[in-house]
Amino acid sequence: MGVREFIELWPVVRQLRGSDPTARGDAARSAGSEHLRPRIAEADRVVRSICPYCAVGCGQRVFVKDEKVIQIEGDPDSPISLGKLCPKGAASQQYVSRPDRVTTVRYRRPGGTEWEELDLATAMEMIADRVLDTRRRTWQDTDENGQPLRRTMGIAHLGGATLDNEENYLIKKLYTALGAIQVENQARL
Amino acid sequence: MIQGSNFAECHPVGFQFVMEAKLRGAKVIHIDPRFTRTSALADLHVPIRAGSDIALLGGLINYVLSEGKEFREYVVSYTNASSLISEDYVDTEDLDGVFSGWDDKSHTYDPVSWAYQDSESDGDGQGDGDGGGGERSAHGGEHQRETAGGDKYGSGGASVAEKPRRDPTLQDPRCVFQILKRHYARYTAEFVEEVAGIPQDTFFELARAITENSGRDRTTNWSYAVGWTQHSVGVQYIRAASILQTLLGNIGRPGGGIMALRGHASIQGSTDIPTLFNLLPGYLPMPAGERGGSLEDYIEPDAGKAGFWGDMPNYMTSLLKAWFGDAATAENEYGFDWLPRLSGDHNNYATVLDMAEGKVPGYIVAGENPAVGSANGRLQRKALEKAEWLVVRDLSCIETATFWKDSPEIETGEVRTEDIATEVFYVPAASHVEKDGTFTNTQRLLQYRHKAVEPPDDARSDLWFFYHLGRIIKERLADSDDPRDAPIKALTWDYATEGPSAEPVASDVLKEINGYGPDGELLTAYTQLRGDGSTRCGCWIYCGVFADGVNQAARRKPAREQDWVAAEWGWAWPANRRQLYNRASADPDGKPWSERKALIWWDGEKWTGHDVPDFPPTTAPDYVPPPDARAGKALAGDDPFIMQTDGKAWLFAPAGLVDGPLPTHYEPAETPFHNLLHPQHTSNPAAKLYEGPGNRHHPVGSTVFPFVLTTYRLTEHHTGGGMSRFVPYLAELQPEAFCEVSPELARERGLTHLGWATVVTARSAIELKVLVTERMQPLRIEGRETHQIGVPWHFGHNGLAIGDSANDLLSVTLDPNVDIQESKVLTCDIRPGRRPHGAGLRTLVEDYQRRAGLA
Repeated sequence: MGVREFIELWPVVRQLRGSDPTARGDAARSAGSEHLRPRIAEADRVVRSICPYCAVGCGQRVFVKDEKVIQIEGDPDSPISLGKLCPKGAASQQYVSRPDRVTTVRYRRPGGTEWEELDLATAMEMIADRVLDTRRRTWQDTDENGQPLRRTMGIAHLGGATLDNEENYLIKKLYTALGAIQVENQARL
Repeated sequence: MIQGSNFAECHPVGFQFVMEAKLRGAKVIHIDPRFTRTSALADLHVPIRAGSDIALLGGLINYVLSEGKEFREYVVSYTNASSLISEDYVDTEDLDGVFSGWDDKSHTYDPVSWAYQDSESDGDGQGDGDGGGGERSAHGGEHQRETAGGDKYGSGGASVAEKPRRDPTLQDPRCVFQILKRHYARYTAEFVEEVAGIPQDTFFELARAITENSGRDRTTNWSYAVGWTQHSVGVQYIRAASILQTLLGNIGRPGGGIMALRGHASIQGSTDIPTLFNLLPGYLPMPAGERGGSLEDYIEPDAGKAGFWGDMPNYMTSLLKAWFGDAATAENEYGFDWLPRLSGDHNNYATVLDMAEGKVPGYIVAGENPAVGSANGRLQRKALEKAEWLVVRDLSCIETATFWKDSPEIETGEVRTEDIATEVFYVPAASHVEKDGTFTNTQRLLQYRHKAVEPPDDARSDLWFFYHLGRIIKERLADSDDPRDAPIKALTWDYATEGPSAEPVASDVLKEINGYGPDGELLTAYTQLRGDGSTRCGCWIYCGVFADGVNQAARRKPAREQDWVAAEWGWAWPANRRQLYNRASADPDGKPWSERKALIWWDGEKWTGHDVPDFPPTTAPDYVPPPDARAGKALAGDDPFIMQTDGKAWLFAPAGLVDGPLPTHYEPAETPFHNLLHPQHTSNPAAKLYEGPGNRHHPVGSTVFPFVLTTYRLTEHHTGGGMSRFVPYLAELQPEAFCEVSPELARERGLTHLGWATVVTARSAIELKVLVTERMQPLRIEGRETHQIGVPWHFGHNGLAIGDSANDLLSVTLDPNVDIQESKVLTCDIRPGRRPHGAGLRTLVEDYQRRAGLA
């Protein structure tokens, strides 16, 4: 290879002389970059989703390999976001897959100083016990004038704006049937 | 116009369209106490004193009215400007800062004098006739305030007399237009400068910009966020913008409107299908008071009234049928009697105050972090200490889950872990890619997410958690004959499950929300709903999300293959309409106001255009309803605001608000200034303060707490931090808590850039790193230099990005209509250096309380 050919391989020369002045295309190519493959090319499948942070509702494409989420990118088809994500949305793969995510039940007994482990099924039965016991103890059939109340003021719920419509629907439906009325979420924040 | 929002940093991807508009020639103006990246990209940044927005908006309303800049034809045809108000109505301008109906003892209004003059009673709206004053009085006053009154009426607001007396010339002194003129006459450019700190030249530049850009050919949009809602007069902020935008003809038209930029993925959805105490799905009110008797009592105030809210009985019966199935019959009023009744203020802050006194044993928190994210963090944590049992569902051990071992109160030695009796369950949640389901975005757009992977270990969706909790409870009560258990036994809960963890099928739940017809077929439109028990629908405004048996929310036709409306991406409630009240985009004859701003129009037989018409499809522009018409058929052809009983946009609210029919400038609950306009009433007299030892408020003009503080969000973090402070990338980008101060304030208080400062209120003191920046500018208010301090509120001490919580500084002070806390403005002191750690922290705060006369 002569000196002239060698110089002409330099990206900056190709950028200045070629048809790619911003160096985002041909000018940036090299033997090394020819062999680069994006992580997402190895994905087994791509699943369509929506960003979980603010309420803009940006489209996401979730890349899955070996049943793990390996990357989350913006969905270029979305008229809402046109393929873009903000720093939070772009970091959401890490939010989902970080190693310090707490994925097992933890239990703290009254007065306890440390977390204890607890089986999920046992936790569910214990929570059901407490819901029913508290409801029984705090039930209000009528007010002081005999007007119907049919409720408990002993069980409160908070949260919903980060959840799905289907989840909020079951939450409201279940609590209302139980007579628990102090159900609230971030919509007031 | 972007006001009360940092659009570029808090909704960055949405902001691309603002920049696109700017490239095409739109002028962008940002009004905000802080100079942010939104300001940097705007044509003009206008610094404003936090808490003075109604002064500015009132000034702009006054400019429009006094210069005759309103869109007259729109205002006369589509608003209640010409409606006559009761002779008994007296304005704040004549009552030293309160409206007629004020009761100084209960701190509430009786709104009866704000009513329309009824055309049929020939009186002043006080009769007992259909839509007369008697019914309003039943829904006003203290009871309404106690049950979050604004929402209480549901989608349509309060019902009013359908045919108020009108003066289309807008000259009658009792007409809304003239009342508006008088109400805002004192909101001059000089007044705006004194109160909001906006120079008169800048004010006139603003006023010219919006009036020159509104009318037949042009429209102006106003975008806001919680910089408007989180005030003790938050609802009236939005009302003020609504009045201004309606006068300018900017509602229901392309490029116009008032856009709420909401901050959680499905915060709109969680209001539509409410995890809120005062509502049932689709903005149906919870039974309470006069509406707490029979189903007949419940529907009576709205049934058959003009507008689509007149069909409310159909929506309610269909909801009860969806919930109670075959057990809901005409004989048992479809199970209405099984619903619990409200009797007052059950908002979360009231609940937390009760919990702190040991009155609420159980607390389930799902995807929220009140120990950091709710006002008065100390009070929040005290409540957690007094609960008997607490369930936290999240992806990380957030501060709400670990308060018992590492809260600030443990650090100060006020409580010991061993003495906290709360039993705590942390039950891990699935992430958004580990479950199917819909979010509803800030534009009412439902978008379906498909599950990508199974959640790890014990992590489960909230659909799983609440379905299985309900299943276990139903099994336990299966043999009960206690009447209180009847609704649980009747509850329809037979959802199909799938996969290794028996996950309920989310689309089946969405189908129930959509609703079924008499033969079990999926419904297509809410107009199919009936009140005879033949239809079932979990949320009437979402009816149609499964139109034609297709999951419309899962539609993903690429943007490039559609027009600008993009009607085939997701599904917007109601009926896939992308712009509400779009009948107003055409003139009274049904023609677009201009070709440039055409959206829908009357083609001689029906309404058609780019969007789904938000109007009865074959109601001609010249249609005049017969006297006996009901609901949708009672709307005239030029009544664009189809949820209102009078079909018109309300410049003046004759009912439905608990703190007045018109926005009035009040100072925030904590302020350095007295009210220049109404010296007798500094702040919103109807605001909820919950004054008590744990919730002290600063005196007006306190020299102990001389500075204004406003809280805000960062691009790299999200709300109480549960979804961002634990993420390494985001923690690296924005690692710790800080405050922003001006160079002038830094000099005055000896604060150094990158050094520490302690911010103190009567609630607590927190330490923050100092960012000295010219982005914060002192303003001249009432002749005095006024400093504002900005504090991001995401931080807590768990996770990777840590710091003291700004919400520890806040009091609980609520807007009386919707129970939103005033976190965008309070007063404080700031001093150099770190706060005391250990017992000294309370000593410091108590010293401040004593000096401010609050001990």
